[in-house]
Amino acid sequence: MARYTGFHRPNRPLALYAGAFAVFLYLPILFIPLFSFNAGVYVKFPLEGFTLAWYADLFQREPLQRAFWNSVQVAAVVSISSTVLAVPAAMAIARYRMPGKRAAVSFIMLPLVLPGLILGVALLTLLNGLGVRLSLVTVALGHMVICLPYAISVLLPRFIGFSRSLEEASADLCESTWWTFLRVTLPCNMPGVLACLLMTFTISFDEFFMAFFLSGTEPTLPMDIWSQLRFPQDFPSLLALSTLILVTSFLMVFASLKLGRIGLVQAKEVR
Amino acid sequence: MISLRSVCKSFGRMQAVNDVLLEIAAGEFFSLLGASGSGKTTLLRMIAGFEAVTSGQILIDGQPMQDTPPHLRPINMVFQNYAIFPHLTVRDNIAYGLRRLGTPKAEQARMVDAMLELIALPGYGDRRAHQLSGGQMQRVALARALILKPKLLLLDEPLGALDKHLREQMQMELRSLQRQLGITFVLVTHDQEEALTLSDRVAVMANGQVTQVDTPSGLYDRSRTRQVAAFVGTMNVFDATVRTDGSARIADVAGLGVMALNGCSQGRANGERVLVALRPEGLGLSRTKPAGPAHAVAGQLQARQYLGRRQLLHVKVAGRAAPVTVATAAARGEDPWSGDEGSPVWLTWAPDAVSILDPT
Amino acid sequence: MTAMPLTQRPASALSRFLHRHEAWRGWLLLAPAFCLMLVAILFQLGSTLAMSTWSLDGYSVDRTPTLGNYSAMLGQPMFSALIGRSLVVATFATVVTVALCYPMAYFVAFHVHRHKALWLILLTLPFWTSYLLRVFAWKVVLGYEGVLNTALIGLGIVQEPLAALLYSQTAVTLVLAHSWAAFAILPTYVSLEKIDRSCIEAAADLGDGPMRRFWRITFPLSLPGVVAAFFMMFGPMDNWPAGATLSVVMIVTIGLAGLAFLAVGRLVGR
Repeated sequence: MARYTGFHRPNRPLALYAGAFAVFLYLPILFIPLFSFNAGVYVKFPLEGFTLAWYADLFQREPLQRAFWNSVQVAAVVSISSTVLAVPAAMAIARYRMPGKRAAVSFIMLPLVLPGLILGVALLTLLNGLGVRLSLVTVALGHMVICLPYAISVLLPRFIGFSRSLEEASADLCESTWWTFLRVTLPCNMPGVLACLLMTFTISFDEFFMAFFLSGTEPTLPMDIWSQLRFPQDFPSLLALSTLILVTSFLMVFASLKLGRIGLVQAKEVR
Repeated sequence: MISLRSVCKSFGRMQAVNDVLLEIAAGEFFSLLGASGSGKTTLLRMIAGFEAVTSGQILIDGQPMQDTPPHLRPINMVFQNYAIFPHLTVRDNIAYGLRRLGTPKAEQARMVDAMLELIALPGYGDRRAHQLSGGQMQRVALARALILKPKLLLLDEPLGALDKHLREQMQMELRSLQRQLGITFVLVTHDQEEALTLSDRVAVMANGQVTQVDTPSGLYDRSRTRQVAAFVGTMNVFDATVRTDGSARIADVAGLGVMALNGCSQGRANGERVLVALRPEGLGLSRTKPAGPAHAVAGQLQARQYLGRRQLLHVKVAGRAAPVTVATAAARGEDPWSGDEGSPVWLTWAPDAVSILDPT
Repeated sequence: MTAMPLTQRPASALSRFLHRHEAWRGWLLLAPAFCLMLVAILFQLGSTLAMSTWSLDGYSVDRTPTLGNYSAMLGQPMFSALIGRSLVVATFATVVTVALCYPMAYFVAFHVHRHKALWLILLTLPFWTSYLLRVFAWKVVLGYEGVLNTALIGLGIVQEPLAALLYSQTAVTLVLAHSWAAFAILPTYVSLEKIDRSCIEAAADLGDGPMRRFWRITFPLSLPGVVAAFFMMFGPMDNWPAGATLSVVMIVTIGLAGLAFLAVGRLVGR
């Protein structure tokens, strides 16, 4: 009866709006790569010719490279550890009846809606109070707090969609809880776990506020960018760097979102 | 073999299984029959160990098992959706449980081959779940459980997802497999025909309780409650009053007059209101008033249901709102009541077909 | 029939306990994540609250609790003005963003049929990339010598670059809308997607036109998502104008966190 149900008919103004919205979403971001290839120092039209000099310039910058490796290290540690914590948490949320679950879940998800700035300052006060020296470790700790809710929300639909009877079948075939996890749960949910790793890596790598407040003498990449935003002559190199980060982040998150979905479709078929 | 003693399960305030007592003997094909929500699946999952009992005991060979996690119970299960591991081949699925037993690789391969032979799927070893049909997945699930030589095999609506033809074929295979292996089977089903065809004994469940446990024929002939009677087939149920007729007890049924109560009237007081049950097979129908002492009631043939060799005839009787159902068998090539709707008929019944139901 | 060797192995006391108590199994799995959050959030909010009641006496900290800081702050017109402004900006930006994102969510839910997943990924992708870079991008567009100003001058529309572009309420709202679009679109989309299509068909069947159907069926049914979107965004929104006084934001946010807590709870609970 698609004839008289309005929502099956294409709605031209709405489609136009959607297109405009996509432009609004991506256009500002697209200016970054555009100007990173611009020969002029100043970010303005008209463009002054094509150059790769700003990218070459990146390799000359010692502090920037150090910051880059710092970021990679932190992101690697954060993605692995928050995924390790998120997998059991998502499993528990997805399948167990337990009193107080909703409150606990809301609590764990809280950093999702708290500004990173607030969390950063608050964590800083806490660590100061405890007398902990600031370092990349404290940055990683801060990032874990931010990443954990994201990790759980990436994994949760996976585990909700995952047919519980597969695990029951494994237990029924005399496999212990731990081996059931290794032989059935993990392999069946691998796309979700990979998606989670990629997502948390990207979030940690790009995160600025926490890093700003929690790192000691070793800066992460976004902080390095921040500190150079003040110098106009460094702007084009910054654009080049930002382009690289944007492209990598986009690819990783895209892969992560795709992976998460592939897994879900498979899980549905199995059911 | 397996004993359930006052097993209860509640989810919050909902009482899913209430005080179930069952004894299942070794080698028996036992069925839990009930509508959805009757608690039969919860009971099965408690036997398997997927749900903890709220109270009561589950004993297997005299050993209390209610607190043992599922992987340490000598029980295997065939799941309703088969639960074939999607990331493993058929071969690896069947061999799955052998890892724990430490069976050598070569021996494992030999056992899996034997199993593939048993379930008539040789050459399917390298396929995956999504390359199998429903019936094939069902066999793989069966093989995967049987390779561990369990004492008890649980089957959770195993044939529910199959079409009618395949279901009947699988029913026969299941029955002969059970005979061949001698393993105790406990089957959960909502299909009364399946339960009656396959089982040695059937427990009928409703509202979390077992209403009656009996052999299929016992269940049919001696239904204890109206619900059981309705569940295992068609049944005429009448409100009646118990009366004394000399030394014998009789039931007084509105519209049908008196029925003899042979042997099923113990403990019934004079004047007590009871439910009297009469299977359609226990009733007879004729066009003319039958001669002899048999009690006969005049009625009118209202409708008929043709079911092949057998047909159900619905007879309207003066003084009764609902028609009385009669089953008749017809010889080959005959359709004796064809076109007789609306004509007058006479109802008779055999005295031993009458029984009294529990009030519930 | 060989009985399996496994049956002889008794279950350990712990595994028997966990078998019987499902809730404990769940809590055991949830515990590591929960503890991390407990330490990170409860302790820090507590310590911040405590610290805000301490007072500075010369160079040493007087730890007797006092509301002096608060009254001093509330006494200063600048602080209350800042709180007020930040609340107004956040509310305004949130309302605008939700309003802008609703049609987008509606479009994906009802008009995209074949590449739904791709659209959703496309709409949420910018959200996952660095906040700093997104703000940076807007600076490039709206800055004094940014894309928009140079383009406007080049086209001869204005003579002087407009400084107001970057530092106006509109700019703030725009950047916030851009940054948090995903937070607004996703909950709205989910609640739109959940609407039973036959409800709308029934309304059509009963003679409602497209506009009436939208206002009488679709919109009311999608309200939970809109409310969720509003609350989810209102929290993060507030960090923008707060660069000046962290403590003010802190206090406001502690209040907001309570609201956000409820909102997330409702969202997850569904």
